[in-house]
Amino acid sequence: MQSDNMVYELKNVTKIYRNEGKEFTALKNVDLDIYEGEIFGIIGMSGAGKSTLVRTLNRLEDINEGQVNFFGQDIGRLKSKDLRKIRQSISMIFQSFNLLNQKTVLENVMLPLRIAGMNRNDRVKKAVEMLKVVGLEDKKDSYPARLSGGQKQRVAIARALAGDPKVLLSDEATSALDPKITEEILELLKEINRTRKLTIVIITHEMSVVEKICDRVAIIDEGKASEVGNVSDIFTNPKSTAGRRLVLPDNQEGRINPFEGSDPESRVIRIAFDGLSANEPFISNLVEDTGRKVNILSANTRSVGGIGYGQMVVELPKDRNDQDIVLDYFREKGLSILEVSA
Amino acid sequence: MDPYIKEAILKGIIETIQMTFFGALFAYLIGLPLGVILYLSAKGHLFENRIVNAVVGVIVNVCRSLPFLILLVLLIPFTRFLVGSSIGTTATIVPLTVGAIPIVARMVESSLNEVPPGIIEAAQSMGAGPVFIVFHFIIPEAVPSLMLGAAINIATVLGYSAMAGVIGGGGLGAIALQYGYYRYEKTVLWVTVALLVVMVMLVQEAGVGLSKRLRRS
Repeated sequence: MQSDNMVYELKNVTKIYRNEGKEFTALKNVDLDIYEGEIFGIIGMSGAGKSTLVRTLNRLEDINEGQVNFFGQDIGRLKSKDLRKIRQSISMIFQSFNLLNQKTVLENVMLPLRIAGMNRNDRVKKAVEMLKVVGLEDKKDSYPARLSGGQKQRVAIARALAGDPKVLLSDEATSALDPKITEEILELLKEINRTRKLTIVIITHEMSVVEKICDRVAIIDEGKASEVGNVSDIFTNPKSTAGRRLVLPDNQEGRINPFEGSDPESRVIRIAFDGLSANEPFISNLVEDTGRKVNILSANTRSVGGIGYGQMVVELPKDRNDQDIVLDYFREKGLSILEVSA
Repeated sequence: MDPYIKEAILKGIIETIQMTFFGALFAYLIGLPLGVILYLSAKGHLFENRIVNAVVGVIVNVCRSLPFLILLVLLIPFTRFLVGSSIGTTATIVPLTVGAIPIVARMVESSLNEVPPGIIEAAQSMGAGPVFIVFHFIIPEAVPSLMLGAAINIATVLGYSAMAGVIGGGGLGAIALQYGYYRYEKTVLWVTVALLVVMVMLVQEAGVGLSKRLRRS
């Protein structure tokens, strides 16, 4: 991709917190490019630095080193007046919604327009229009306390869209919502991305959110961007340790490693395959073609960027030679293989 | 009760209301901005400033720890300078105001502290300037809590106004002292006390009710 459609270019971004003589490096030399029109995911465990990272994108956090370029402009160098102007085109939604409880839904959505200096009549018109986008125009005179969590986030999205931003930052926007509502909010964000060509940056700790709507993803681990790439590539073939941890099926309760084989010495692998190449019953074929068997420990399918993907965790036979035969067979079939027990 | 005492009590009620109203009003005119300054200059807030916060904080704390009766006496020269006399209803408003300012300031500060930091972060992310954030985000969100604080403060000023009777202030306090205490008229004493209790309760209930009606969450 060319750099002229680049929304964000982060170079060597480093953030150090100093508190009572102690230093904590929240971000370490992060380089990232985010392009126009994409949904970019930033994923990491809690404390990995992803919330700090998203706050550098609108300079709610100042950085100690490096540059955050927004359409080619280093926002770290802006004077506060220019920074405020530019923030009007970088809107943000939050896990805790951050709506004003003392104002109606409509008044909440009108706020950014007032900051932009729009007159009252136009503000009302625009705010109602935005509430239609999120399907809540009938709630315009309600107060946020009367709304459900999903509705509150919809209002927050309407408020974020009101000022016609160039990018929408979403900081764990679905983390306080149940799975069904999460799905609906993600669906809405996807639709907004498509119809308004709005670039969206999504911060999350859930791989399922990234799989559902992100085009590309950066994995943040201990303040560093350990892996950046297309979601489907990372899903099938994660290269970093943090990436591997994220794509593996969720650990079940009560067991430290749910993928332990029958023998502690055994080798366990994860196989990933996309829906298109999965027409073949490759486990059955394995047995027929090679005479070797594998023990299936876990299997599921998920949709990554609209394409069905499957993954399976299997235990290999004990014999070293047999293991190589199985691995070679899978590789020949074009499956992505990841060693789990290592 | 003699008719002239009844008349005095009636006059006392009006004077008490006057003192409380103006005392609280002036105390808020100065205490509200002070509370906002305390809040904004605190660590991690919009206009973080250690020196301003420490200076205002120390003044407020010192004034607040002075017993009101002492303050009344200390302020006599100041009151005389300001209104030309140190006795009577108008004169009493001066020490009432001075005594209530630090209480108001701390109450306002604590109400503003209840506003979730996320609201301020959201405001900043929208590109709002600090002054806009104070007037359109922080203060409106704190209104119900400010209301509740105001009820408590007004009741405090009412109580203080009764104390002012000791050094020649007007109002129900002075009547209780003059007729009830010095002249051993128990009925007058109890009637004035009952009236004061009723007035405090009315203020408190009105404040709580208003705060509830204004609270949207």
